[in-house]
Amino acid sequence: MHEYSIVQSLLDTCEKNAVKNAATKVTRVVVKIGVMSGVEPDLLKTAFDIFKENTLCDGCEFIIHIQPIVVKCRVCEAQSTLQKLEYLCPECQSLELDVIDGEEMYLMQLELE
Amino acid sequence: MCKDCGCSIVEHSHEHQSAHAHLHDNPQLNDKKTIEIITKILDKNDHEAEHNRQHFDTHGVLCINLMSSPGSGKTTLLEYLSEVADFTFGVIEGDLETSRDTDRLKAKGIQAHQIQTGSACHLDAFMVHKALHHIDLNTIDVCFIENVGNLVCPASYDVGSHLSIVLVSIPEGEDKIVKYPVMFRKADLILFTKIDLLPYFEYDIAKEKEMARKLRPNVDILEVSTKDEESLKKVAQWIRFKMEMR
Repeated sequence: MHEYSIVQSLLDTCEKNAVKNAATKVTRVVVKIGVMSGVEPDLLKTAFDIFKENTLCDGCEFIIHIQPIVVKCRVCEAQSTLQKLEYLCPECQSLELDVIDGEEMYLMQLELE
Repeated sequence: MCKDCGCSIVEHSHEHQSAHAHLHDNPQLNDKKTIEIITKILDKNDHEAEHNRQHFDTHGVLCINLMSSPGSGKTTLLEYLSEVADFTFGVIEGDLETSRDTDRLKAKGIQAHQIQTGSACHLDAFMVHKALHHIDLNTIDVCFIENVGNLVCPASYDVGSHLSIVLVSIPEGEDKIVKYPVMFRKADLILFTKIDLLPYFEYDIAKEKEMARKLRPNVDILEVSTKDEESLKKVAQWIRFKMEMR
C-alpha cells in the first residue's frame, strides 16, 4: 500500500500551488492515473480522503481520470489505445512502440478559492 | 508570471490557453479559479532519482534495482554473484525490519548498507540518497539496490537506478507475471530463480516467458539456480555487458 506516500506527494504539490496562487482553500483536485502506473484508484481515493483533513484540501472534491495505455507505433505511426496488456501495435502488430500515456500519474487541475 | 493575466501558470500548453479562456470569459469568477497544473505526482521523487543517477554516473557506477517478492532469492543471488563476478559491487538493502540481509552480505565481504523502512513497502529516491552517504562508490563498479520484497509498490518509484532486474522463483507458482504486470513491465532482465525445483512444481516456464514478452517485448530473460554455477556466471556476464555499454 504505497498509495499513502503518493497522496503525501500529491497533497504537498496541491498546497504549494494553492499558496503560490494566494488561495486559502483547494476545492477540487483532478488527477490522471495510468492503468500501468501501479496505483489502485480506489485505494488512492481512500488515502486522499483520509489525509486531506487538516490541509488546504480538506473537504475538496477528488476526481480521478483513469488513463488507458496509449502507444505510437514507430513502424506505421498509428496512435492506438491498448485494449489488453499486450504491447504490440493493434494496426500492424509491430513491437516497436513508444508509450505516450497510461504508465504515469499526473496532477492535472486544481480549483482554488 | 504569465504576461496575459498575471496568473502563475507559466507552461504555455493547450490546457493553459483553455484555462485562460475560462478565466477571462468569466470575470465574475473572482472567488474560484481553476488552474491547470499537469505535474507528475511523484515529481519530487523523480527529481531526486535523477540526482542519484547523476551521482552514479559521476563515479562510473552502474546502478541496478533488484526487485521481487519476498523470498525469491535476491540476497542469495548477490551472495553467489560475489563468487563469480569479475566486477566489484556494493549493495543498498531495503527491508522493513532487521539488518540480517546486510549481515549476510558483509559476511561475504560485500560492502552493504541497510535501510530499515519501518512500515514502508518500497524504497524511494530519498531513502537511497541517504544510504548513498554510507557507500564508497569509488571502490565499486556496480551498486545494487535490493528493494523491499514486494511485487507492487517498488514498481512505482524511480530510485535512480540505470536498470531493473526482477526475480521470480519457481515455488511462487505460475501467473506472477500476468498478476503483477506493472512490475514486470519495468524489468530489463527477468531472472527465473530456483530453477532446479522445476521438476517438483507444475510450472510452465515457456508460458511465463511468453507473458513477460507481451508486456515487454525486448526483455532479457535468464534461468538461474544456485546449484548451477554457469547460470550465475551468465547473470554476471549480462551485468558486465551492460557496464560496458555505459
